[in-house]
This record gives sequence, C-alpha cells and structure tokens, in this order.
Amino acid sequence: MSGEKKKWVGSSYKRKEDMRLLTGRGTFMDDILLPNMKHAAILRSPYAHAKILDVDISEALKAPGVIGVVTGEDVKKASKPYPCGVTIPTKYYTCAVDKVRFVGEPVAVVVADNRYLAEDALDLIEVDYDPLEAVVDIEKAIEPDAPVLHENIGSNIYNHRFFKYGTDWDTLCQEADEVVKWKFNFPKYAGSPIETYGVIASYSSFENSYVVYNNYQGPFVNHALTAMALGIPENKMRWIIPTDIGGGFGTKTGIYPYCALMSIVAKKTGVTVKWIEDRREHLLASATCTDRVTYIEAAVRKDGKILGLKDKAMDTTGGYIRPPEPGCAYRSTGNHTGAYDIRNLDREVYIVATNKGLTAPLRGYGCQELYFSTERITDMAAAKLGIDPAEIRFKNFVQPEQMPYTTATGGYYDVGNYPAAFQKCLDIVEYDKMREYQKKARAEGRLVGIGLASVVDPSVTNIAYVAIGKTIEERKNERDKSGSGEAAIVKVDPLGGITVICSTNPQGQGHETVISQIIADEFGVHPDEVVVDSVLDSSDRLYSITTGSFSSRFASSGTTAIVRASRQCIEKAKKIAAHLMKIKVEDVVMEEGKFFAKDKPEKAIKLRHIAGAAHWNQYDLPEGIDAGLFGTSLWTMPTSRPPDGKDRVNSSNTYGFVAEAIVVEVDQETGEITFLKWASVHDAGTILNPQIVRGQVLGSIVQAIGGSMYEEQAYDEHGQCLTASFADYLCPTAMEMPKVDVDHFESPSVLTALGSKGAGEGSSMSVPPAIGNAIADALAPLGVVVDELPLSPSKIWHMIDEAKAKTN
Amino acid sequence: MKPTAFEYFTPSTVQEALQLLESQGDEAKIIAGGQSLVAMMNFRAARPEALIDINNIKDLDYIREEEDELVIGALTRERTLEVSPLVKEKCPILAKAITHIGHLPIRFRGTIGGTLVHADPTAEIPITSVALDAKMKIAGPSGERVLNAGEFFLTYLTSAIEENELLVEVRIPTLPPKTTAWSYVDISRRFGDFAIVAVASVLSLDNDGVCKEARIAMGGVAPTPVRAKEAEALLAGQKITDSIIEEAAIKAAESDDVDPDSDYHATAEYRKAMTKVLTQRGLKEAWTNFEGSK
Amino acid sequence: MADKRQVKVKVNGVEYEGYAEPRKLLSDFLRDDLELLGTHVGCEHGICGACTILFNGEPIRSCLMFAVQATGAEIMTVEGIAENGKLHPIQEAFNEHHALQCGFCTPGMLITVYHFLKENPNPTEEEAREAVSGVLCRCTGYTQIVEAVMAAAEKMRIAA
Ligand SMILES: Cc1cc2nc3c(=O)[nH]c(=O)nc-3n(C[C@H](O)[C@H](O)[C@H](O)COP(=O)(O)OP(=O)(O)OC[C@H]3O[C@@H](n4cnc5c(N)ncnc54)[C@H](O)[C@@H]3O)c2cc1C
Ligand code: FES
Ligand code: FES
Repeated sequence: MSGEKKKWVGSSYKRKEDMRLLTGRGTFMDDILLPNMKHAAILRSPYAHAKILDVDISEALKAPGVIGVVTGEDVKKASKPYPCGVTIPTKYYTCAVDKVRFVGEPVAVVVADNRYLAEDALDLIEVDYDPLEAVVDIEKAIEPDAPVLHENIGSNIYNHRFFKYGTDWDTLCQEADEVVKWKFNFPKYAGSPIETYGVIASYSSFENSYVVYNNYQGPFVNHALTAMALGIPENKMRWIIPTDIGGGFGTKTGIYPYCALMSIVAKKTGVTVKWIEDRREHLLASATCTDRVTYIEAAVRKDGKILGLKDKAMDTTGGYIRPPEPGCAYRSTGNHTGAYDIRNLDREVYIVATNKGLTAPLRGYGCQELYFSTERITDMAAAKLGIDPAEIRFKNFVQPEQMPYTTATGGYYDVGNYPAAFQKCLDIVEYDKMREYQKKARAEGRLVGIGLASVVDPSVTNIAYVAIGKTIEERKNERDKSGSGEAAIVKVDPLGGITVICSTNPQGQGHETVISQIIADEFGVHPDEVVVDSVLDSSDRLYSITTGSFSSRFASSGTTAIVRASRQCIEKAKKIAAHLMKIKVEDVVMEEGKFFAKDKPEKAIKLRHIAGAAHWNQYDLPEGIDAGLFGTSLWTMPTSRPPDGKDRVNSSNTYGFVAEAIVVEVDQETGEITFLKWASVHDAGTILNPQIVRGQVLGSIVQAIGGSMYEEQAYDEHGQCLTASFADYLCPTAMEMPKVDVDHFESPSVLTALGSKGAGEGSSMSVPPAIGNAIADALAPLGVVVDELPLSPSKIWHMIDEAKAKTN
Repeated sequence: MKPTAFEYFTPSTVQEALQLLESQGDEAKIIAGGQSLVAMMNFRAARPEALIDINNIKDLDYIREEEDELVIGALTRERTLEVSPLVKEKCPILAKAITHIGHLPIRFRGTIGGTLVHADPTAEIPITSVALDAKMKIAGPSGERVLNAGEFFLTYLTSAIEENELLVEVRIPTLPPKTTAWSYVDISRRFGDFAIVAVASVLSLDNDGVCKEARIAMGGVAPTPVRAKEAEALLAGQKITDSIIEEAAIKAAESDDVDPDSDYHATAEYRKAMTKVLTQRGLKEAWTNFEGSK
Repeated sequence: MADKRQVKVKVNGVEYEGYAEPRKLLSDFLRDDLELLGTHVGCEHGICGACTILFNGEPIRSCLMFAVQATGAEIMTVEGIAENGKLHPIQEAFNEHHALQCGFCTPGMLITVYHFLKENPNPTEEEAREAVSGVLCRCTGYTQIVEAVMAAAEKMRIAA
C-alpha cells in the first residue's frame, strides 16, 4: 500500500483553509455569537497556597449587569472530582473548593451582560483567605517537613513507581568501564497559542442536557471524563468545536475543566455563558509541560557502547493531578531508550504536588524532558570517554537490520535507518568542517559549540501508557485500556460530490488540504472538488476516547482511517457498478474516478452516476447493500496493545526519527547566544505535503527555542508567578528564529496506509537537548556543565563567571 | 483583561487640559499614546476615574530647531522622531535609540511625553534624555517650570510631574556632527524588548580626538537612568584609546549609582557586569563611527 | 458607569456609527459592535500584535486604544485587504509560501506586511524579518512568513 507514487499526496498542494483565514473570515471560538449570550469572568487566587475561609458574593450580585455568581461550593455540589489514572484519591474540581493550591486557581465565576461588567463584579467578591506556606521546588516538596497540599493524600506524592528492564543495575555497573552521572532540571513552559481557551455553555433543564462550544484539541477521553465529573451520561453533553482553532500545541488539551465549569455556571445562571480566557489567565492557569528533575546515570563501555541507563525522574503536575497525567512520565515509556540499542534500564518515577500551575501534554509530551537528560548524558559520556558525540551515537544506534525492533520497554519501532538519517544531518551541517571551524575559533578564544541530538519521535499514542502509572498488581484488578483510534466518514452525495468528516480537529495543521489530497488520489478527482467538514460536533461525529489532534496522530492514524473509509466507499461503488453493468465485482476496475469492466474501458460509468444510482434509485441496488454511498472507519493501530505483565508497553504506534545539529557561539562577555548553523533531519515516513511538513518542523523548532532559551512559567519561592504577561513570558519573535536547513529521510511506516508517521512534534523533543549540548560544547573549555534550561544570557554569564572564578 | 470605567475628556488646549486636571482631582490621568497606560489599565493595575486625552491638543505635536536646541512637543510620536530628518541631523542618537523601542505599531502611537513621564529606567528616551541633558518644560496651574533630565526622574516609574501638571515640551541641546561621537547600545532578552541594560554615550571631541566632555547614561542599573560620572570625569581631556575606554567602563560599573536589582530576567550581578561590557562596547562604537577617528 | 459616546469611523471604506462606553477597547468595538471578526485579540497588552490594524494609514494595536478615540478615523482591517473578491498579492504569497497555519496571527501579520511593503517596496530579507517581528506567531517559525513577504514584494513590484 505504502510508498507508491501518488498524484496528489506528496505534492505541496496549496492550503484550502487559507482562503478564509487570509480574508478575516475564519470561525474561531470568540467569533461564535449566540442569542442571549452572557459573559463570564473568573476570580482567581492571588495566593499559591491558602485555606478559603469565606467567599462573600453579596456585593457582586448587586453590581450592574450581573446575572449570577458561582463559587467553589456550587461546583462541589454540582460535580465530582475528575477521575485520574493514579491510585491516590485526587480531588481535582474545576474551581477551588476549600483551599487554593496555585496562583490563578479559579475561586468564583461571575456572569454579566458583558465582560467589562463581569470583571467589575469580580472586584466586589470578598474572599477570606488563610495563607499557608507554599512549596514550589520539586525536591523540597517530597521532604517530610514540606507543607502538604492535599491532606487526604498525606504527602505531596501523587505517584511513585519503580521499573526494571533487563540486567540488574549493580551487575551492569561492574561490566561498565565508566558510570557517568548527573542531575538535570527541565523547565515548565507552554504552547501559548495566540488564541486562548474559550467556552460557550448552555443548559437545557427540559432535556437535562448541555451544549458546550469550545476550542478543545482532544483527546476525547476528556469528553467522557467531563461527563463523569458532572455526573451525566456522555450523550447529554454535546461538544461543538469550531472550524478554526488558533493553535493548540497540546496546551489546548487542557480546556476540558472549563467545559465542566462553564456547564455548571450555565446551569446555575440559566443563560448561555461565554468565557474567553484572557492572556493573564492563560499564562497563570492554562497548562504547561511538567518541570522535571532527573538524576541519571549511564553505564558505558570504553568503546562508547551504552550498556544501560538508570534514572530517577521527578515531575510536578502542580497543585493538582488531572488527566491525562500521570502521562508526563509514562507516555514515553516505549521509546525511553530513544534511538539507541540499550537493553537495560532502571527507572524510578515520582509525580509530585507543588503550588504551581497545572499541566497538560505539550507538543512532544514527556519526551523533551526525557531526551534532555538522556541526550545530555550521552554527550557527557562521550566527553568522559574522549570520543566524539557523533561517534557515540553511531556506536549505539539501533541498526536498520534490527527493524522491526522492540525496545527494552516494549516500544515497537517498525522501520527506520537511524545511522543514515543522522549522517544526512551531519552532512548538511558539514560536521567535520564545523569541528575544524570550532578548533580555529577556540584558538582565537571564541566559544563555539556544536550540539547534536538524535531521538526517536513517537506518534499516535496508545492510551495504554496511562495504565503504567499503576503497578502490575494494581492493574490486575482493573480492565485493560488500549487503543489509538481515529475516525473518518467519507460520503458521496447524490450529485457525486465527496465530503469527508474526520475526528481530528486541527489547529492549523492543514488537515482539510491533506485530506483533499488523499481523497483526490483515492477517487481520482481533483482536491478542490473535495469538501472537508472541520467542525467537530460530538452529537453527529464518529469519535472515541483516543480521537482528536494530538500526538501527531492525523498523519498516520487519521489518514489511514480516511483511506480505509474511502476504500470501503469505493468497494461499495464497485458493487453498484457491477450491478449496473451486469458483470462480476471482481471485473470492475476504477481509474480516474471512472468505473468500467476490465475489458471495456470505453464503457465507463462515472462516480457521480454510481452515487446517483445509490441515492436516486434505491430500489435497484445489489442484494444486501444499503442505499447511499459512504464509508466509515474508526481505525486503531494493531500495535496498540495494553501493557504487559512486565511493565512493557508500546506507548506510541509510529516512531519517526529526528537528528538535530546546531552550531552556536556564546558571547563570553554577555552570555548571549548566536546560532551559526543548524540542520534538522526528520524521518516522518512518507511526506504527504512537503510544504506543510516543513511548516510543522519550523514551528516546533521555534517553540523549542522558546523553551530552551526564553519561555518559562517561573515562580518565586512563595509560589507567585513571575511570568504572567507576554512582557515576561517571552515567546520568540521572527528575530529570534535562525535559518534552519530542514531535510528528510523517508522510511515509510509499514503500519499506516500511506506510510506516513507523525511530523508535528519531532523537533520539540530534539531541540532542547541539542541546544543544551551545543552550549555545553561551547563552554566546555571553561569546564562548565549545562544541566538546566532555559538558558538566558544572565544564567549563561553566571555559569561562565563561576567557572572562571574556580579556575582563578 | 478589561479596564475599569472612567470619564473621558478631550481638551483641545493645554489650558483646558490643566483645568480638567484640577477639576477631576487625584484619580484623573492624562492619556497620550496610551501604549503604557492602556496596557496597565487592561491589567487593572491602573484604575483612573477620568482620562484626559491630550491627542487633540495639536499644538503639542512639533519638532523644531531653536538656536542650538531641538525643541519637541510632548505629543510628538516616537515614530515621527525616528524618521524626522531634523532629528537625524541634529540629534542622531535619539533617532537611533528610538529604533530600539518595542515594535513599529508601538512607536506610531507612543509619545515622547508619555515615555518620559512613565519613567521606566530601561526606556530608551529617558536614558537618552539623561545623556543629552534634555530639559523638560512642565505646565501647571501656576505657570511653567523647567527641569533638567537629571532632576526629572525620581524613582522607578515616577517622574517629578505632579498630578495637576502636564509635560508640554522637551528641549535637547543639538549635537554638532563634526565634533560629536555617540552610540546607543543595549542588551535585551528579545528583539524589541525593554533593555536589561542600556548605555547611551555622547562624546564631544576636539579636532585632535581629545575628549572635551563625555556624557554616559545608563539604564537598567538603578531606579532611574543614571550618569556614569566617574567615567565621564576620567574621559574628559583624554585622547580616546582602547585602554582609556576600558578603564572608563570599569569606573562606570563600579559607580555607587549603579545599584541594580535582580529580577527573573537578570541578576543584579549580571546587570552590573553588563554595565561595564556595554559602556566599553558603546564607547568603542561611538569612537569607531566618529568621522574624526579615521 | 460612564455614558456611552457616539463613535463614527470609516472601516475598510464603509462608514460605521456606534455607541461605546469610553473604556471599550477599539479591538472589542470592531469585533463586538461592528461584528468585524477578522481582527483577533491575543493578549490585550500590546505584545502579540494579532489586533494590529491600520489607523489613518498607520499600524497600531487596536487593544491599546479606546473606541472613542477612533472617532473620525479611517481604519483598515484584514477584511479590507482583498479587493473585488480577489486576494491581494500579499495574501497570495502567504498562501503560496505556507505563511500561516492556524491563521490566528494572520490578520495582524497581513496588516503589518501591507504597511511595511507600502513604505519599503524593495526590502531586504532582514528588514522583512524585523517588520514581522512585531507580531507573534506560535505556529510557523516565521521562516515561511519572511519568504512570503519577499515574494509578495516581488509580485507587487512586477504589478506596479
Ligand atoms: C508591547 C510594548 C512594547 C514596548 N516596548 C518599549 C521599549 O522597548 N522601550 C520603551 O521605552 N518603551 C516601550 N514601550 C512603551 C512605549 O514607549 C510607550 O509609548 C511609552 O512608554 C508611553 O508613551 P505614551 O505616549 O504611550 O504614554 P501613555 O501610555 O499615554 O502615558 C504614560 C504615562 O504618562 C502620563 N503622560 C503621558 N503624557 C503626558 C504628558 N504630556 N504630561 C503628563 N503626563 C503624561 C500618563 O498619564 C501615563 O501615566 C512599549 C510598549 C508596549 C505596549
Ligand atoms: S491583542 Fe493587541 S497586541 Fe495582543
Ligand atoms: S499561524 Fe498560528 S499563530 Fe501564526
């Protein structure tokens, strides 16, 4: 199936969605205007940790234009805590109930005639707080005398697990020539889409049902969990996701609590409620990745072979843990050893409560945290052994002839040629030449560094990974969870037009265009003739727990569902054609949108005539065939199995590869970084639309530059957020984006219909370690070790300064 | 993020504006370009009860040369100054510094008066005005007064303007191109951001390249822009060389006036160190770009 | 609450009249009162640039201005860039070079570029990069935007 030359797929067909977006006619969340719509504003906690003694809303209720006020007490009465995949009893309500646990946590909601009046009324709500000591540092949070966030848990540990794969660590250390260890800190940063969260909720008391518009990006498991939190059947809560979403990057997987909150507000106030999150709210209280402390050790042989890894990773999900956490630690289980053939792993995981904002999957989910530690320690091992960082990677890569390769942790890599793809990256950056350049620069006293990273890019997560948060024993008492399904409906209307309805709800990835390209190939039509409906309405769409646009699932899972639905539709069309032509189905051929008997191509019937027959003359159809012409598929990858009895899980389904090579210069006086050269090579399998893929790669790079150098949800020791505006939370501008040579090495997946894997996240995972490695390499002559991000000039300057002080 | 309610007035003369300031009392605020004020109002960090919009006072929008001074109306937009041939000729450092302010749309609205009264210690125009010994003409209920830039900035985000006063004009001594070397250098996190540290240098030189007078203003190192007095004294009467530049830079950073705070973006130590680096780089740049140095 | 004031503006060549409380932001007035939903709001403190419009021919942040201040002004928003149902060369170039993904920053980008190429029809790549740096885009990594600006400049030079 895969790999064959197509007419449309593989071309840079220009995006169809651009026409509306370029002319100001997109439909984003805030563009939806409903009759009698009122506006909500949320009162948020100024404290990181405090008891709520009293909330007095009496003055607010009297304020002009106010329709109603909802408090934590109301929320507690109207809902249950969100279910979550950990064994401790969690208490995540969508609004603070008796305590606040991070700055920005919702405390009350006001509904008024407009947002201005709603904010006025917020000023009138009196909350009596009893401030408590806050804890923001991950390691301090698990000390015995740390202030406890959740009394019902009794400590700040949401989750704690041990894993062992392969040979026992101590035995391994005896075999090793060196054991290299270090501690790394990975920061808390976010997708910060320019469009913030938005929800419009209404409630019908007659049907006891909700309609909730929102710009959620999936996974739809949270639709089910929200219904559970509200204590209603899932089909009583209709979610409608507008045509256009202004960026997601994982951050918009964190909207669902507001869907519950605004549903409660709509029910209590009896009006249709619109809430558009403002930037301050977004920066305080939407969602970031987890910050992580990792203690990692690599046992290596003299020749550079990595025998095994041991790590202790401690993530914090902030004031609460909510779905899909604890996924931060487990989503990358199957690819924990990355692109390397490492059979032994000793792992410890902590998920910790701190008085900070909450988390959600961020583009690369869990992998940037992981690879920052593994790729940095790889370089440190190379340095210790006196071998080149490129060489140690070649030494350890899973070899192409080992494919399909099952990792020690259960990941199933179907295809790939890591050494070749990595070599391509080195060639583009002119690695040897740059090493020469570096030598010369060093001789002149300049700090030039080359950073490499080579990682496996997992896509299409298998929800089974969440189960790893529980022990094998605990899992025995539960039903298995697994799957990665994505849905598509392809229908041909009575006049022969093709419409596709998909369960993915893109946030700019160009699905309408790519779907049109696929359909054009499948049906032999022109992409412009295809219509893709991209509003997602839970009441009439096929969807499942796993559907949505996250973990780069469209390119592999979504497209396969589309191809399968198309082919189902074509099979049916063939049956009808055979019936009309009075020949055997096996003798029907379809080419260029026409159906004909093998031996009589001149007597072809067009698709529109078959559709016509299926719709306009429903009596005259083959035996056992329904009227109309359509195909449907909710396709899950066959490799999405539950975890096994040894904590192994194929946590994703397609595995791409990314090689990053970055040359930097550090200004030793100011700590400023300049990028001199950058090559980024991706194996995303078959490329469906080169221009779109290039956009995805460049987009993930700029976000990763952000996380590595500029962006952070930072807190002081009292839990006050230091970056609650765009003046402090620094998204890179065009001027911070260097020139990057993006290239590809295609090894088509054998698991997906078109051979494609994911392409949207790769560099999110590889750039943070590559930048870390580059700066570390630049500073190596000074004896500086780079072990944290983001690296601001001030931080780099201090690192240089301290190193110089030591040598003096 | 929506502002609180306010009464809105649009005076068309300075007199009217002053009367409104009187009648509206403490909680009234002038709005000029709004590029600082409206952002703060949207955060509800500023909650004026009345806004007196001076955008209709067309008499406050001018740039002209009087004797050896550049005279600028308080309502003159940053962008207007940036592209003004007169400013480029008579006071090129100002035009250059302004290109470092935010991004174009900010400069199209932001005014010289607004940024001076807002008194951010890392803002380009306040720093430059301190280097240039600009004079601020202030109108109040009892007439006009003039303050030197050095007296105008009191502390962080606080200027000497009283609540019932209006900044109406800025007068900047022009720089004779043949005998002036200048530079404006800064470090900021991103392009367009407020500086972490910025240094504006102006050297008056004689025909032999001897420095008659040095004026060096530093921003981001104290609650207001400050002059590097010791460095200036060192340079006065000296021929400009690499070593004197370095010595001056060290003096600048060691000055008692350099007393920065730490914040999330940079530590105090870093700012102090950058004072030296930027003073050195700035003086070098000034000297290199100076015709007479060749 | 302060009384509403009359606001008369010409947007994309069309005269509008509305009433707004003094505190109503121009961005909100365009969106809520005039239902010109093309202008987007991403931060309301002047940094993201999504709300950038042309105000008497100059690019400004509509979130940092009150509607009452706009009376008498001529405004251009993203809806006014295409003429007679035909994309402007800048819009064409954005489409051809994949200079937008989610499209949320695009209105501010297009207005910024529209103004920039009027002032500087023959820019260098560096100037183009600096020009768009006043608008944050989280999706594209900017490279394809800069490429589109250069291509648009070329298209417009040929057409002129
Ligand atoms: C995104 C962004 C980035 C920016 N980046 C920078 C930067 O890098 N560097 C920089 O220097 N600035 C920057 N600014 C601020 C910009 O320069 C402002 O325009 C300036 O600080 C204020 O000028 P304004 O005319 O807009 O004043 P307003 O915001 O209207 O007023 C500011 C203050 O001054 C008072 N005021 C104004 N005019 C007068 C007067 N004539 N008499 C008495 N009081 C008066 C007001 O009451 C108010 O308190 C940025 C702003 C934004 C939004
Ligand atoms: S909304 Fe105006 S600049 Fe962001
Ligand atoms: S295209 Fe999404 S923010 Fe620019």
